[in-house]
Amino acid sequence: MGRLLHQAGDVTPLSRRGFLIGAAGAGFAFGFAKAGVAATNPMAPVQGAFEPTIWYHIDRDGILTVNIVRAEMGQHVGTALARILADELEVDWDNVRLDAVDSNAKWGLMVTGGSWSVWMTFPVFSHAGAAGRIALVEEGAKLLGISANRCTARNGAVAAGDRSISYAEIVRRGDLRRTFTADELARMPVKLASERRLIGRAVAALDIPSKTTGAARYGIDAKVEGMVYARPKIPPTRNDSKVRSIDDSVARSVKGYVSSLALDDPSGTVPGWVMVFAETYPAAIRAADLVKVDWAVGEAANVSEQDILDHGAKQIADPQGGVFLVDDEGLDAAFRAAKSTLTQTYTTSSVLHVQLEPVNALAFEKDGIFEIHTGNQWQSLILPVLSKALGLPQERIVLRTYYLGGGFGRRLNGDYAVPAALAAKALGKPVKMVLTRPDDMRFDSFRSPSIQTLRMAFGDDGKVTAMEHHASAGWPTLVMAEGFMAKGLDQKPYDQFAISGADHWYDVGAQRVRALSNDVANRAFRPGWLRSVGPGWTNWAVESFIDEAAHAVGADPVAFRVGMLNGKGRNAGSSPNSVGGARRQAAVVQRVAQKAGWGATVPKDTGLGIATTFGQERNMPTCIACVARVAVDRGSGVVRVEKLTIVVDAGTVVDPDGALAQIEGGALWGLSMALYEGSEFVRGQVKDLNLDTYGPLRIGDVPEIDIEFVNSTEVPVGLGEPGTTVVGPAIGNAIFAAVGIRLRHLPIRPAMVLQSRTRRS
Amino acid sequence: MTTFEINGRSVSVDVEDDTPLLWVIRDTMGLTGTKFGCGIGMCGACTVHVGGRPTRSCITPVGNVAGAEVTTIEGLDPAGQHPLQKAWVALQVPQCGYCQSGQIMQAACLIKDFPTPTDQDIDAVMSGNLCRCMTYLRIRKAIKAAAAELRSTASNG
Repeated sequence: MGRLLHQAGDVTPLSRRGFLIGAAGAGFAFGFAKAGVAATNPMAPVQGAFEPTIWYHIDRDGILTVNIVRAEMGQHVGTALARILADELEVDWDNVRLDAVDSNAKWGLMVTGGSWSVWMTFPVFSHAGAAGRIALVEEGAKLLGISANRCTARNGAVAAGDRSISYAEIVRRGDLRRTFTADELARMPVKLASERRLIGRAVAALDIPSKTTGAARYGIDAKVEGMVYARPKIPPTRNDSKVRSIDDSVARSVKGYVSSLALDDPSGTVPGWVMVFAETYPAAIRAADLVKVDWAVGEAANVSEQDILDHGAKQIADPQGGVFLVDDEGLDAAFRAAKSTLTQTYTTSSVLHVQLEPVNALAFEKDGIFEIHTGNQWQSLILPVLSKALGLPQERIVLRTYYLGGGFGRRLNGDYAVPAALAAKALGKPVKMVLTRPDDMRFDSFRSPSIQTLRMAFGDDGKVTAMEHHASAGWPTLVMAEGFMAKGLDQKPYDQFAISGADHWYDVGAQRVRALSNDVANRAFRPGWLRSVGPGWTNWAVESFIDEAAHAVGADPVAFRVGMLNGKGRNAGSSPNSVGGARRQAAVVQRVAQKAGWGATVPKDTGLGIATTFGQERNMPTCIACVARVAVDRGSGVVRVEKLTIVVDAGTVVDPDGALAQIEGGALWGLSMALYEGSEFVRGQVKDLNLDTYGPLRIGDVPEIDIEFVNSTEVPVGLGEPGTTVVGPAIGNAIFAAVGIRLRHLPIRPAMVLQSRTRRS
Repeated sequence: MTTFEINGRSVSVDVEDDTPLLWVIRDTMGLTGTKFGCGIGMCGACTVHVGGRPTRSCITPVGNVAGAEVTTIEGLDPAGQHPLQKAWVALQVPQCGYCQSGQIMQAACLIKDFPTPTDQDIDAVMSGNLCRCMTYLRIRKAIKAAAAELRSTASNG
């Protein structure tokens, strides 16, 4: 999602802004200047210009408070970001606090996703921290009466020889007010990697203690005096449902039932929604079960999973249409001249988020401001929608921040805030809306089913001369954030989050990559971003197909990959984000093969499979390789994953233990989606409505896992998602190695293994 | 009117007997550490102790706990320093954290029943508690660490 930043035109990059230190409250605030003010005029008075975006504060006790504009959803993002600042500032970790901010235009684009929070923040926070340190050293030196160049900062104090002064005392006695231009900020002496005291070290995440005592507050815990509880009646189709009539005659017998209301939604976010109000939530649950609604339904009532895949297959078969990311000259000629070719089609099922906290929101109007209390990953996306729904300017709407009981992309789409807000407006009182699990799953913006066809041309000696990749799926960014789409070769917009991964780092000769928007899917439901987005399916296809290609030419799957990850041409990489290019991906492939004992003899019906990925986007590659060791039971078709070996090159690792946690969780998500999840769209609805039929991985399903990080001082890149996408294809490839069965659909079910065996025999 | 004890305090609530205990705990008592996940006893986020046994409060009618002792995550240890809570922090277990109250309450009974839990014991007892962030590797380690601390406290005390 890093590309979102480059496309958000109204946001001046922090790196081009000045930096200000001003007196604020009981201490000093450090912040980036309003765009275009101090950056161009360093002498501008601090007052007025001081409307900082990302900022921090040091108070009279030397406590550093860091404002966090990213959503805390388990990645300990506040800890990772504050640590970058605290390291440069030389503040003790015990004196660091976090403040999660509300939505406000001054923070710029508020979105948490795509594994890029640390990547985009690292350089600016480093310089901002260095600027603060310089100011503290200079002021401390003045108070000590010593020249600043003899002073050093360490442990929250400025010292020279045996004399020192704490930051607390500098704040109390000194005057830190000053202004840096953007150029001065860029020249701030950032510490050498060898001098880092917090980055790269074990540090306790600041959000964790409250998550062990029940004290952590999530959106579902929000409350306000006088609120009424609400549960929706979810209409039969996500789009185009209309309420014909509501019959609450039976519901009226429920104690605490208040009323039912068909929402009038000018934003078109929740067409056909009926809200059922009650004095307590259990009463709302019960009453909603008893309220009968007659709906006119949308055309999706006639659409099922196979219709979406069939449409995608038609799109792929038609050489016209779609958007090209890569379309090299000579591709068709290479296929015509090929000694042999390989063509395969891969599919994936719908996948549900099932974030454990069902979506919810508390909404009310207070002093002319509409407050929405809810966990959200992308405040900037939903604010304009809320503005349209409520008929209020955005300045009169504020989103209050809470911990997210799981994001995984579900809460990038803040659609659930809209019905709560509309209900509060209609009732004229606070409304606390909570969805039950079945409501949440029916209202999910789930991951679209996908279909992809890949072709490869081989020349003499099995050399790869050309490759093409055509992918069709629902496009979440088209449906929800059209302005953020990337542009293809012919300047046509496409959803980068539905194709990224197909533009891989392998040298395959002439290449073609085509993204197809599955309009049947886009109309039938609201496709969503789900952890690891496009690569969740594109990498399943790429890495399964590369494996098939290796076997087709009699090559070893590891050597075949390494040979094509040669760093030539467009795969050379560039500074700063992809230094080393494909060769770094080759290195993790070689290392993981070595660690996992690639090539050693394994028992019958057991196999090793390899897969690799560059993560989420070519402009921010996180190189990962995984070897899965699986045992297949030929009688039952059950696939048991015995071990996952993973090697990661994510550049500088800011938070080693947190990074490990992200890869652990991501890899197990990959395993869960490969073997245990996957739903089906049936006549306008997902088939699975609760955990009795939808079964994410449980503790007993966890295999042995060995994760290693490459020691690197390159730019830190994302970690939240890349671990997810290598596991599925590694398992598929291991199944082939174990029993010679090639599976081309995710999730893998025992029945599919058995069917493939029958076909073979 | 149902009377029961919650975290050592006697309470009487005026709600219908078939109201799930979960909502009484969260909305009537205001103890929001116990979470709502699935409503059918399949995720374990709502786990509390009733009479010292792990219980899914989302499918337990409040009338069934009349006269019983209920303990929630807030009452597990007065200072939040139960060996499991300490191990959860030491091993940095939680990610989003939403399931962890339930995980800890389930595990608190596990380490009483199995003072030296094996992986098999842990898998058997904890399989009803879903962690969507998939922190299972650390949950397993933290349970073993807490059990070890309890054993050493018992042998020293």
